[in-house]
Amino acid sequence: MAGSIITITLRNILGGAVLAALLIFSIGTAAAVAMRGQGLGVLGVADWSAVRFTLWQACLSAGLSVGIAIPVSRALARQSFIGRQTLITLLGAPFILPVIVGVLGLLAVFGRAGWISGMLTWAGFAKLSIYGAPGVILAHVFFNLPLATRFLLQGWGSVPTERFRVAHSLAASPWAYFRLIEWPVLRSVIPGAFLLVFLLCLTSFAVALAVGGGPKGTTIELAIYQAFRLDFDLGKAASLAVVQFSLCGGLAILAFLVPLPQTDGLGLDRLPQRLDASAHRAADAFWIAIAAAFLIFPLGAIFLRGVGYIPDLPHQVIAASLTSTLIALTPTLVCITMALSLALAFARRGKLARSLAEGIGVLGLATSPLVVGTGLFLIIFPYAHPMTFAVPITASVNAMMALPFALRVLMPAVRDTYADYLQLRSSLNITRWVWLSWIVLPRLRRPLGFAAGLAVALSMGDLGVIALFADPDLQTLPLMLYRLMGAYQMDQAAAVAVVLVIQSLALFWIFDRGGQGYVRSK
Amino acid sequence: MLDLNNVCFQQGDFRLTADFSVPTGARVAVIGPSGGGKSTFLNGIAGFIATGAGQVLWADKPMPDHPGQRPLSILFQDHNLFPHLSVMDNVAVGISPNMRLSHSQRHDVSVALDKVGLADKSASFPRDLSGGQQGRVGLARVLLRQRPLLLLDEPFSALGPALKDEMLDILCEILDDTGATALMVTHDPKDALAFADQAVLVTDGHADGPKPIQQLFDAPPPALAAYLGNRT
Repeated sequence: MAGSIITITLRNILGGAVLAALLIFSIGTAAAVAMRGQGLGVLGVADWSAVRFTLWQACLSAGLSVGIAIPVSRALARQSFIGRQTLITLLGAPFILPVIVGVLGLLAVFGRAGWISGMLTWAGFAKLSIYGAPGVILAHVFFNLPLATRFLLQGWGSVPTERFRVAHSLAASPWAYFRLIEWPVLRSVIPGAFLLVFLLCLTSFAVALAVGGGPKGTTIELAIYQAFRLDFDLGKAASLAVVQFSLCGGLAILAFLVPLPQTDGLGLDRLPQRLDASAHRAADAFWIAIAAAFLIFPLGAIFLRGVGYIPDLPHQVIAASLTSTLIALTPTLVCITMALSLALAFARRGKLARSLAEGIGVLGLATSPLVVGTGLFLIIFPYAHPMTFAVPITASVNAMMALPFALRVLMPAVRDTYADYLQLRSSLNITRWVWLSWIVLPRLRRPLGFAAGLAVALSMGDLGVIALFADPDLQTLPLMLYRLMGAYQMDQAAAVAVVLVIQSLALFWIFDRGGQGYVRSK
Repeated sequence: MLDLNNVCFQQGDFRLTADFSVPTGARVAVIGPSGGGKSTFLNGIAGFIATGAGQVLWADKPMPDHPGQRPLSILFQDHNLFPHLSVMDNVAVGISPNMRLSHSQRHDVSVALDKVGLADKSASFPRDLSGGQQGRVGLARVLLRQRPLLLLDEPFSALGPALKDEMLDILCEILDDTGATALMVTHDPKDALAFADQAVLVTDGHADGPKPIQQLFDAPPPALAAYLGNRT
């Protein structure tokens, strides 16, 4: 069939083009950075302390997130209570919550002027201060504890009910119960979850920008930003970027060996009938309450503070909101096109293709936005003023950052569709066009909507590469929020945060719903 | 003797009632249409589903609440084995739930494995075994536990006819050895006839007391006749 050869080739071309673009973005920018870098000699004591702090905080944040997620997820898995489903849904929220909003919420609860400090002063104690290391770690746990909890919850949910029953009918002791039921789940989920959270904390920038800094609270990402924006020392920024890229690359190789947990969010709602529920009710209630409070109070604090100030916001908020939407929608379109091209190109290939796709996902996770940003700056700088490209650069970096998540949602769905219907297609002799438009895309509508929702929300809340490139005239909602925080205008900041959250969630909801609208069967 | 005194097992909205006795040493097939409550019936006796009303007695004493304290063993259709434990450990966990075996217990495990023909597989893992072999590991555990009551929830229904017969033979040997009372859910009238002398018919949330199986198949009540079609 001549037609099929052409279309297969078209699919290959699309997939190949996406691959090439990704490689240019990741390896190409890294090469630009490496060429401009002045070697490790230019890095001073403070820079090496930033390297140490980065690794230390990522390790501690990942350890705390996963460690606390174990009792929390176990409690959620075995207890049934009113609001359980809502809480589990809420666990997905920090993932799409703009980072800067989460930080603002944490400051409202744990900061110097926050609720806890208020109570401490009232009781005669000193105020809390979370700027520096404690703030960075607190924020990383805030964002990643829910993620780790969801992974583990999925792990608990994958244990067949029969296996719980066999363990109970054998009167397994607590130790035996751990060995029979819990250890296999933990062993299979924890390494990947730890590594994923570690990677996210390694490349996280907005958190460090907002609450980090100082000799004991500066991460490599923040050091790159400072070398860039404050000192305009491109050589040092490039050298730091080389260090960051090497760390990420090393971890990416490690992540390739340890399977990272899937983020499709399925299997979370299953409540196996566990007979040990009543015996652990008190402890489980404790962990559920702690997790819920940690999740809900910071967000609640912002809403309570910000809603009233929305009418007082300067009119620039409208322009910022429009710019944010534009900066979010473009990468969403690009990201989904890339993810779909890759998923279709890899759907019918063997193990090698699957490893390649997995590798791209890991590459995206391990790519630091500031390294890419620095690299792009260095590439453009000789020819034009990079600041004028702030919007397209932000859009493309955001598309790339969202790609691993979109790919993880789409890839299994595409593979399943091919596995389930390809034989039927051959036997009915369905043409390629009908196959794609009547079978594949409708089957993918739901994951496509979800992936687009993720991409749009992640891009909407982005405060990464844009902070590097933005001139003072460029306003997005996260930038505006960050600048208000810097000026200690916390009421207005909270109001902008509310606008930003509502807009992010609304866009996420529109895409996610759009994906569900068409499902007529089921 | 297993006594079900006006019991009602409740699982969500579904209720299953039963009021009869099963004599010690009986081999009972539990039959009936899908959704009628066969699994609920077995899981209720095993203690996985709370007894809403009435009492389950064994040897005239009420069964303890915790499934682990009940004098019974249960085999499901799937997931009887722990995939991360060796064959040896999967059987051993049946008598030593804290996973520490004395020398004589270790010997007992070997004897049980030998009896089901898996002496050479003790170091293997479930994933390396065929479906029939996995079934035999489950039976070895049952044999080792020596509990007076055995509940089987379609444990062999995924096996081919020859393998299934082989499993039923091993099962009958174990029952001959231990004199245990057995209740087995099955969809296959042939299996029911091969294994059991009596049958409990479970339909629409109610379990009828055991009747001689041949008699039941010869003159099936309407619900059973509809379920069986023309197969007898």
